[in-house]
Amino acid sequence: MHFFRLALVVAFKDLRAEFRTKEAINASLAFALVILLMFSFAFDPESEMTREISGGLLWIVFAFAGTLILNRSFAREIPNDCLDALIAAPVPGSALFLGKAVANYILVFAVELIALPVFAIFNNVTSSITAHLGQLLMVMALGTWGMTIIGTIFSALTVNIRLREVMLPMLTYPILVPALMGAMQLTAALVTGAGIGPANDAWLKMLIGFDVVYTAASLVLVETVLVG
Amino acid sequence: MNAVAIDSVWKFYGDYPALRDVKLTAEAGACLALIGRNGAGKTTLLRTVAGFSRPGRGKITIFGKEPRDTAARRRMGFIGHGISVYDELSAFENLVLYGRLYELPDPKKAALQWLERTGLTRVRDGLVREFSRGMRQRLAVARAFLHEPSVLLLDEPFTALDDRAIAVLQELLREALASGKTIVMSTHQLREALELATHVALLNRGHVAFDGPCTPEMVADPGYVYARYGEG
Repeated sequence: MHFFRLALVVAFKDLRAEFRTKEAINASLAFALVILLMFSFAFDPESEMTREISGGLLWIVFAFAGTLILNRSFAREIPNDCLDALIAAPVPGSALFLGKAVANYILVFAVELIALPVFAIFNNVTSSITAHLGQLLMVMALGTWGMTIIGTIFSALTVNIRLREVMLPMLTYPILVPALMGAMQLTAALVTGAGIGPANDAWLKMLIGFDVVYTAASLVLVETVLVG
Repeated sequence: MNAVAIDSVWKFYGDYPALRDVKLTAEAGACLALIGRNGAGKTTLLRTVAGFSRPGRGKITIFGKEPRDTAARRRMGFIGHGISVYDELSAFENLVLYGRLYELPDPKKAALQWLERTGLTRVRDGLVREFSRGMRQRLAVARAFLHEPSVLLLDEPFTALDDRAIAVLQELLREALASGKTIVMSTHQLREALELATHVALLNRGHVAFDGPCTPEMVADPGYVYARYGEG
C-alpha cells in the first residue's frame, strides 16, 4: 500500500501540473483531431477497404498523439532540477515510474476517448464501434498501457538528451511494433464487425503478454535508468 | 559512527576521473566545507554522496547505509543548483508534495510551519512561476529542511541568494548544527561558509589536496587554504 500511495502522490502531482498548463494535452488533442480530419479526406469513408485499415489509422493517430504527452513526462522534471529532488526523496524508483506511467496513461487515454467518436463519425463506423464498444475500450486500454509503459521508461532514459523529442519516438516505435500490431488487428476486427474470437484472440494474448512483460521489466530497470 | 563516510571514491566521466581516491568523513554535528576551483569535483562529489549517481570505485555511506538506501535518503536533505520545486504548483502545494513523498505524519502542518519560517506565508497559494528569485530560493530552502534531515548536502547554497535569503539560510544552518545535524556544503563563497564550517576540504582536480579542521586563520583569511594548499 505504501508503494502505491507514493506512486499516486507522483501521479497526482503530474496531473495537477499538466491540468494547470495543459501544454501536452492540448498539443496532443489538436494533433489527433487534425490527423483524423486529414485521414477522413484521404480515405473514402464508404469504402470497405477504409474499414479494414481503420484500426491501423486509429492507432497511428494514438501513437503519434501519445508521444506528445509521453515526451513531457520526465522532461517536466528538468526545469528547476526537480528530478534531483525526486531521486533524493525516499521513494523507490519503481514507485516514481509507476506514478508517472499512471499519469501519462490517464492523459493519453483521455485524448483517445475524445478522438474515438470523431474517428467513428469521420470514417462512418459509428454503428460497429457502438456494437463492440466494451471490447474496443478493452483493446484501447491494453494498447495504451503498453504504449505508456514503453514511452515512460524511454522518457526517463532520454531525459538528459538534448534531442529527446526526436529520440523518444525513434526508440519507442520499434519496440512498440508488437503491441501496435496487436491493437491494430483487434481494432480492425471490431470496426469491421467481426469481433474478437478464436480467429484473433492470439493478438489479445500477445497484447496482454506485452503489457505484463514490459511493465515488469520497466519496474525492475527504472532505478538503473535513473541513477546508473 | 560517521554521519557521512566517503571511502576511496573514484568517479569517471568516460575515461576522465572527476574524483580520484577521495577519502573524507563528517561526524554528526560537523559542518564540512568543500572548496576548490571550478571543475575541482565538488558538485560531482556532492551528487555522488546524495545518490544521484554511483561511484565508479569506492564506497559512500550515510549513517552506515548506502546513499540509495531508503533509510539514508529519509535522513538526507539536498539543495543543488536548481530550486527543485515546480513552477506550476503553489508554494504550499510544493511543500505538501514533498511532505507526502517523505511520508511526514502531517505534511500540511509541516508545509505551513516552513512557509512561516522562510517568510513565505503571505504567498503560500501563489504559483512558484510568479515568485521572485529570492522567494524561489527561500522555498528551495524550506523544501530541503521540510523533513528535518540529519544530513544536509548543499551545493553552493549561498550563490544567487539575496541578503534576506542568506540570513534565513545561515540561521537555519546554525540551528541545524546546534541540534547535531551534519552539513556538507560546496562553496565559492568562503566567508559565509567558513563562518559555519567545522572542517574544510580542498579539492583539486578531483583529489583531496587538504582536509582538516577549520582554523581561525582560515576564518580570518578565506584565501588561506588556497594559498597554502591550492594550486596557487
